[in-house]
Amino acid sequence: MATHRRASARLVASFLAAGLASTALAACSASDANGGTQEAEVTAEGVDDGTELTLWTRAPLEQQANLLVEAYNASHENQVELTVVPNDDYVAKVGAAAGSDSLPDLFAADIVYVPNWVQQGLFADVTDAVGELDHADQINKGHLEGGTLDGRQHVLPFVLDVSVMFYNKDLYEQAGLDPEQGPTTLAEFSDHAKAVDGLGGDVSGTYFGGNCGGCLVFTWFPQVWAGGEDVMNAEGTESLLAGDAAQEVYGVWQDLVQSGAVGEGSKEETGATWTGPFLEGEVGVMPFPATMLATADEALGEVGVAPIPGPDGGASTFVGGDGIGISKDSEQADQAWNFMSWLMSEEAQVEVLAKNGDVVSRGDLAENEYSAKDPRVLAVNEIASEGRTPLAINFQQAFNAPGSPWVTMVRNEVFGEGGAVETDNEEITAVLAQ
Amino acid sequence: MPANLSVRPSVRPVRTTRPALAAVARRRALHGWAYAAPTAVLVIGLFVIPVLLVGQMSLSDWPLLSGNQGVNAPQNYLDAVGHRYFWDSVVFTVKYTVIATVLLIGLGLGFALLVQESSRWTAVLRTSILVPSALGLASASLLFYALYSPQVGPLSPVLQTLGLADGPVTFLGTPDSALWSTVFLVVWRFAGFYMLLLMVGLQGIPHEVLEAARMDGANRWQTFVSVTLPLLRPSLALCTVLCVTGSLLAFDQFYILTKGGPDNSTLTVVQLIYNVAFQGQNDLGVAAALSIVVLVVLVVVNVAQLRAMRTGRED
Repeated sequence: MATHRRASARLVASFLAAGLASTALAACSASDANGGTQEAEVTAEGVDDGTELTLWTRAPLEQQANLLVEAYNASHENQVELTVVPNDDYVAKVGAAAGSDSLPDLFAADIVYVPNWVQQGLFADVTDAVGELDHADQINKGHLEGGTLDGRQHVLPFVLDVSVMFYNKDLYEQAGLDPEQGPTTLAEFSDHAKAVDGLGGDVSGTYFGGNCGGCLVFTWFPQVWAGGEDVMNAEGTESLLAGDAAQEVYGVWQDLVQSGAVGEGSKEETGATWTGPFLEGEVGVMPFPATMLATADEALGEVGVAPIPGPDGGASTFVGGDGIGISKDSEQADQAWNFMSWLMSEEAQVEVLAKNGDVVSRGDLAENEYSAKDPRVLAVNEIASEGRTPLAINFQQAFNAPGSPWVTMVRNEVFGEGGAVETDNEEITAVLAQ
Repeated sequence: MPANLSVRPSVRPVRTTRPALAAVARRRALHGWAYAAPTAVLVIGLFVIPVLLVGQMSLSDWPLLSGNQGVNAPQNYLDAVGHRYFWDSVVFTVKYTVIATVLLIGLGLGFALLVQESSRWTAVLRTSILVPSALGLASASLLFYALYSPQVGPLSPVLQTLGLADGPVTFLGTPDSALWSTVFLVVWRFAGFYMLLLMVGLQGIPHEVLEAARMDGANRWQTFVSVTLPLLRPSLALCTVLCVTGSLLAFDQFYILTKGGPDNSTLTVVQLIYNVAFQGQNDLGVAAALSIVVLVVLVVVNVAQLRAMRTGRED
């Protein structure tokens, strides 16, 4: 008998923390029921008085977060202590902390989760403070919209991550392709991938996270948008992924899989290593996160960058990355706002992010001294201001979760028999509409 | 339990007055409670309270991010059983449990018999079978994730070089291969542990009995079936209970190796609980309902197993 007790104790123990935590939260959410989240009383600049602030972010943005925090700490009295959490554990960690009222002062969230988290009341209202900012109208719209609920704003962009086509110039040259010209349509993309795949050896034409909903959203939605169609209705309650453009996209990828131009392991790729093969120089061309530009250059020399095209041309991108907000639990909202306000400054955007080759969050800073040096960075910045951020309350469950209906749909269309687009699409809508 | 022990002192002083007697009894009762208290605190704090809490969660509308929203029984249980992957995960978990238990107990017993007799290679053999048990399951899973990886894993090229496979092998790519690849990992990781348990059981069998069987003219097989196995029953019972319980609660290895994929074909019940709680649905209420269902099933399975083993012994 001792065995089952131990075993079941282990099972329930994992819920203990969250459970105890949530009991405490019950009281607080009851009091918030009428007025929404509390209005943080903040000014344009916030307060810089030597306070210790805590900041959480997830691992994919570790590099940028470190640079930003270092620069802020060096120039301010306030000191930010950064905690980086593995990507897969982030939601669980934030959930447990939200329940026990122990969220850090500031935390970043994958922008596609932000609408849901704002609705759950995890972020403090910063509408008035944002309005005081000099360049409020230049801040990336997609991120601001993600954090807006009933006209009140809750988040600013922390680090933008946009998807672009990366191609390996060496492999392009070996395959007899023009290393200065990336694909401009999906058909060209497919031809390029097949040409590079023809080199043989360890090299494959392209690669994608075939079992990773998040990767697929990030890299394939732009192909649909570039084809002139939407992926969801405006409210984010209905999936439109059975449209003509979407079906053409699935067709291109299915053809690539069947012709063997896709790297080994794509089908099982859960997202942990989806950027690995390209960085090892074994992949010709694939949609990639633009935040990896510096890393990829380091690994491969100069990589080629092109916008993600649609079936017949066009270009679009997914403006992802993380939004940042002041948590509902912060008692140092004024000081925390000082960090957020500094994030939007030219100093942070240009001297930290742009210098590192990252996308800036302010449209008026897209052309800066660093992007002027590298036309690829400038191109990425321009793509970003044209890009889109799909917003839905149940985004995680419908798209990012392991085994989500979106993953099922892509796998059926690309690896399987296909032909189930309509029914699979209804499954996605069913989850979105909940 | 401790109270019962102390109210009837086994040795009674002959000439004691009633109040004195009562005082002794009370003191003993206090001692009893004092001895039992640490365990009781642990059990209450780490088992009873969490279970009650999970029970409460399972009866309430309880989203991960916004906490308790009030009672909604029995909606969570209906949602849990009606979840689109509930029955798939139950079937898969049972299938995995059967495969893992048969293989582990069978191999464990085989290894135990192999290394029990002393020969010059025994020590090396014992160690090499037991070493994987020193590795945490999560670390072992990560190791195999790398070994199985189509990008960097060495296994697929080795198999191709040896001519055992035509093309690249995808260990985690199809439902069946993902299941067997995970089973292989689990057998590699746990066979030594069960070997150890069964070896202790084997060494507990008196030599006289085995000798007597041999003198009666029993051959090796007869001795094994009619003497060793029956006497090994307690150890086998322990191993089966551990193995079945562990397999029904399988999580780490699948979480790391397959994430329930491909296409949700390797989704175990505990993974489903985790997914419902933290990966999308973010609904602690439904996750708690699933946990309670698993808890009840485990209690029933364990009671049935122990009872079966006990009746067997009484025969």
